[in-house]
Amino acid sequence: MPVTFYIWAFVVVAGAVAAMSLRNLVHCALALALTLIGLAAVYLQLGAQFLGWVQILVYVGAVAILIVFTILLTRGGDSQDPPRRGAGAFAGVMIAGLVFGAIAGGITGTRAITEIAAQPPAAKVRDIGVELMGKYVLPLEVIGLLLTAALIGAILIALQEKPRSKEKADS
Amino acid sequence: MSDSLDQLFVHLKHWLVDLTPEPWQPWLSILLSIAAIIGVFAGLFAIVTVLERKGLGRIQNRPGPNRVGPAGFLQFAADGIKALTKEDIVPAAADKFVHFLAPFVLVVPVFLAYSVLPVGRNMVAIDLDAGVLFFFAVGAATELSPFLAGWSSRNKYSLLGAMRAIAQMISYELPLVLAAIPVIMLAGSLSLVAIVDHQGGFWWWNATAPDGAAPWYWLPKWNLLKPWGLAGFILFLIAATAESNRSPFDLPEGESEIIAGYFVEYSGFKFALFFLGEYLGMFAISGLAITLFLGGYHAPFAFLTWVPSWCWFFAKLLGLVALFIWVRGTLPRLRMDQLMNFAWKFLLPLTLINIVVAGLWKYLPRATVWQIGLRWLACAALLFGAYWLLGRTMTRRRNWAKRTYQMAS
Repeated sequence: MPVTFYIWAFVVVAGAVAAMSLRNLVHCALALALTLIGLAAVYLQLGAQFLGWVQILVYVGAVAILIVFTILLTRGGDSQDPPRRGAGAFAGVMIAGLVFGAIAGGITGTRAITEIAAQPPAAKVRDIGVELMGKYVLPLEVIGLLLTAALIGAILIALQEKPRSKEKADS
Repeated sequence: MSDSLDQLFVHLKHWLVDLTPEPWQPWLSILLSIAAIIGVFAGLFAIVTVLERKGLGRIQNRPGPNRVGPAGFLQFAADGIKALTKEDIVPAAADKFVHFLAPFVLVVPVFLAYSVLPVGRNMVAIDLDAGVLFFFAVGAATELSPFLAGWSSRNKYSLLGAMRAIAQMISYELPLVLAAIPVIMLAGSLSLVAIVDHQGGFWWWNATAPDGAAPWYWLPKWNLLKPWGLAGFILFLIAATAESNRSPFDLPEGESEIIAGYFVEYSGFKFALFFLGEYLGMFAISGLAITLFLGGYHAPFAFLTWVPSWCWFFAKLLGLVALFIWVRGTLPRLRMDQLMNFAWKFLLPLTLINIVVAGLWKYLPRATVWQIGLRWLACAALLFGAYWLLGRTMTRRRNWAKRTYQMAS
């Protein structure tokens, strides 16, 4: 593997470790953004242009921004609490291990991985679009519906905190 | 002659690259492209700062800068030297590292965005297959910068500016991207070069005329001259103004309310970098608007095709910049609620309808003159109807009342 892969892998892992261990929440969010950029770079190196740019557009441009926005709106980002250790850490490591095992098992079990082509297919963005709108249009629409439901649910939860009139809140 | 002038810079680069030994050639090629982008657009920034101050001055009935150099055009040099020699002040309570990082997070992605813009025929640094996506991705990455600057300064005005900037940029990114989608749909590609090629050539008036009669050309095949293109261009330009934080969408900076918003605690060269980043962002997004809607480097009329392609790109760019300056000198700043309502209740539905219109445009028949006319009319009517209805509902639901001031009455 080329040396650039190791550089980006280091950036991803270092960013993830920093995101978990830093004291300041905003610093954690920024470290997470660095991890996401590193992942995008890995995708680009694998020739997945579309996935790489979408990763930056969605995760760095929207998700990271929303995370810092949420931190600002909820607690000001000035929390300096040291991270808790102990029983929680053990449970966390266990859950992380189980999740990793499940995903790794799922990936290695699929047929796609065992049949690695010598030359990875260079998918053009146009082909991805045609596939998404043709063969995979139903899964795409289902995901869209799911996300819409999640959005409506989030709005409903947010609405409940703000009663329509004062009498209703008292009763 | 005109062709060699058109490809002057391309030939110059090839000649320079051929002079160097073989192993250096790819590196020199990359370096030359980068140097050209940085040099040309930083130079444009210098000139436009003076032009903007002079233009705003004229709008406000005063001369503007006119002391340094001929007619004041060396003002940028004086300002640059001032910015370089000023003390770099970092607030004692600031988060030093993040405070240092913020200007670079803005300027570096903005320069990256230029790498996919075709500024002339064969004049693009890299022709990415996903060029438009790349442009929006690096544009989205710059949104982190106002937050970093505002949060790390530990200043309430900075933080307010940062919050406003994030809310505004997230809201207007959606209409910006959606307004670009009809162009991608009709061109069938995300590559900016392919989109420009798609707009080349002219519609001719008497193409069906009998042999012998030379076809005289009529209108360029720009996307602007189609109903979805005109609507898309206007929507895109509004969203672009908001994305580049320019008046009337300059709430994040609002000098009269929060001094200068997120970069209030920056001085010297870091302040200049923010300034540079904002202007370069405006040029980049204007360049994208030109590429998507105004035919890129193509000439507007057939008899003007002898003018080099890069001249057209920069002429259009300066035209759009003049429009931005004019708008800034004319319109007052929006309120926060107006800003949000405008993005979510007006721009977003219109851009979605515009996508439907682009689909109609593609599939409606256009065999005869009547069908072409009908297609035009149907698409334009749908867009205008949506505009009218949305505009009506936006103003009608509100109970306008005379404003009373608590302290003044």
